[in-house]
Amino acid sequence: MTNTNIAVEFKDVNKWFDDFHVLKDINLKISIGEKIVICGPSGSGKSTLVRCINSLETHENGAILVNGKTIEKTSKNNQKANSDVGMVFQQFNLFPHLTVKENLILGPMKALGLTKNEAETRAIKLLHRVKIPEQVDKYPNQLSGGQQQRVAIARALCMEPKIMLFDEPTSALDPEMIAEVLDVIIDLAQEGITMIVVTHEMGFAKKAADRMVFMDDGKIVETGNPEGFFENPKTERCKLFLEQILQH
Amino acid sequence: MQAVPRTNIATLMDFILKYKTFFIISVLVLLAGCSSPPGTWGWYVIDPTTKGGWNNIKFLLSGFSATIMLSVLAAILSIIIGLVVALPGMSQNRLIRLPSRIYIEFIRAVPLLPMLFWVFYGLPVILKSLGLNIPIDPFWGAAITLAISDSAFTAEIYRAGIQSIEKGQTEAARTVGLNYFQTMRYVILPQALRRILPPLANQFIYIVKMSAFASVIGMQELTRRANEVVVSEYRPLEIYSLLILEYLVLVLIISSGIRWLERRMGSDQR
Ligand SMILES: Nc1ncnc2c1ncn2[C@@H]1O[C@H](COP(=O)(O)OP(=O)(O)O)[C@@H](O)[C@H]1O
Ligand SMILES: [Mg+2]
Repeated sequence: MTNTNIAVEFKDVNKWFDDFHVLKDINLKISIGEKIVICGPSGSGKSTLVRCINSLETHENGAILVNGKTIEKTSKNNQKANSDVGMVFQQFNLFPHLTVKENLILGPMKALGLTKNEAETRAIKLLHRVKIPEQVDKYPNQLSGGQQQRVAIARALCMEPKIMLFDEPTSALDPEMIAEVLDVIIDLAQEGITMIVVTHEMGFAKKAADRMVFMDDGKIVETGNPEGFFENPKTERCKLFLEQILQH
Repeated sequence: MQAVPRTNIATLMDFILKYKTFFIISVLVLLAGCSSPPGTWGWYVIDPTTKGGWNNIKFLLSGFSATIMLSVLAAILSIIIGLVVALPGMSQNRLIRLPSRIYIEFIRAVPLLPMLFWVFYGLPVILKSLGLNIPIDPFWGAAITLAISDSAFTAEIYRAGIQSIEKGQTEAARTVGLNYFQTMRYVILPQALRRILPPLANQFIYIVKMSAFASVIGMQELTRRANEVVVSEYRPLEIYSLLILEYLVLVLIISSGIRWLERRMGSDQR
């Protein structure tokens, strides 16, 4: 029986890179519209977990359900799951040979079958939303890091996804540009879209997260609402981690 | 004080180095011409002021069109075959990768001349046994052979160019819903092109030079025409010197075209 309120569900998921056990018995249910923040030390498997949701990685056993549909274990080409799941990468990954507008309309035109006009209308609307409508005809390398990441967010939103994944969206940015990107994401969090954000920005987590997930060594060590998570973490490892990052 | 003449010499050296093949051959020909006993050279055979010499020149130079047409056709075919071979060669799946690997290794190992004989004399036998009466004329035989022989190299050039594009580009393309072919067409190939084009153009020089082999199956390109004049005039030294000069001019024109292309691609880096 599938629960219709669940956006993403991990059931006893395990994954290996050759003989390296990267995800260990992952169980996680994310409701539709929920905002999840995942944190944990580098190398703990956060990116891998998130990338399993849109089939950029495959898992070896257990089950992953996205919008009630099971993701194939073997195929890396799970197109159906993809179009509902948008992703923002740490390194932006904009298409450098295309202008901002072309970056935004490519997916809607080729994958969703929108006309150029429809796609452009959508693109302009979203550029307003990420507050850079004036950059529409620039190439990515003519923009600052913060602007590039906001274009990347708009590009993902152009597909009108039900779920948005953010993998350390501000980690590659200069400090003065972090706020402008986080503001856009917080803005987005006001809406019904499901969001899964890997980040160490704890100020952002306190504002936007419905639930915190702490990962260490391929396992989900602790989950909880932000208040409890930050005030009194249940595990020693989580406490140590929070102390380390809150020092900065 | 010394800086000025040294710069001039440096520029001269640069110039000579740039066209070193041309200079070396010119100097050798000049030396040979001056130091050999009378009768060694008989330039009358291609003397444009005499009727016979002029006819010979016209006959020899008219091979350019065939050499160029053959090379261009072979290059176009090779670019297409190379892509068709390269794409499955980069698959995650070993079984899909395998035929591509085998093709590249096999074709690279076969010398051009035996392959040319096989296509021109051997393939018609197979076609006939299949009930297909398709004659293979020297032009198409040579074009197909050159294209296949070159396609193994073209495929490797594609592979290097495509694999030099970051994985993040493919991943981003997939997250906006593009399928494999759309990702190649709109995201990867346009970016890989600037890395693929220069070595591909270089490969064109190889095709032009290898097209000389088409002479042995009777195609009237530059080399075949030179052979025919040599047989009737008994003047191999002069005719083959001119032949080398013809290829030299052709290749120098192509390579200056490549340099222009590289400059243009470098200047609009994004
Ligand atoms: N493609 C891969 N092949 C092999 N090992 C990998 C691969 N991707 C990640 N890893 C390893 O898996 C572990 C978890 O990686 P990752 O999910 O990126 O961690 P995080 O995002 O939490 O820093 C790391 O030790 C990393 O080196
Ligand atoms: Mg990571």
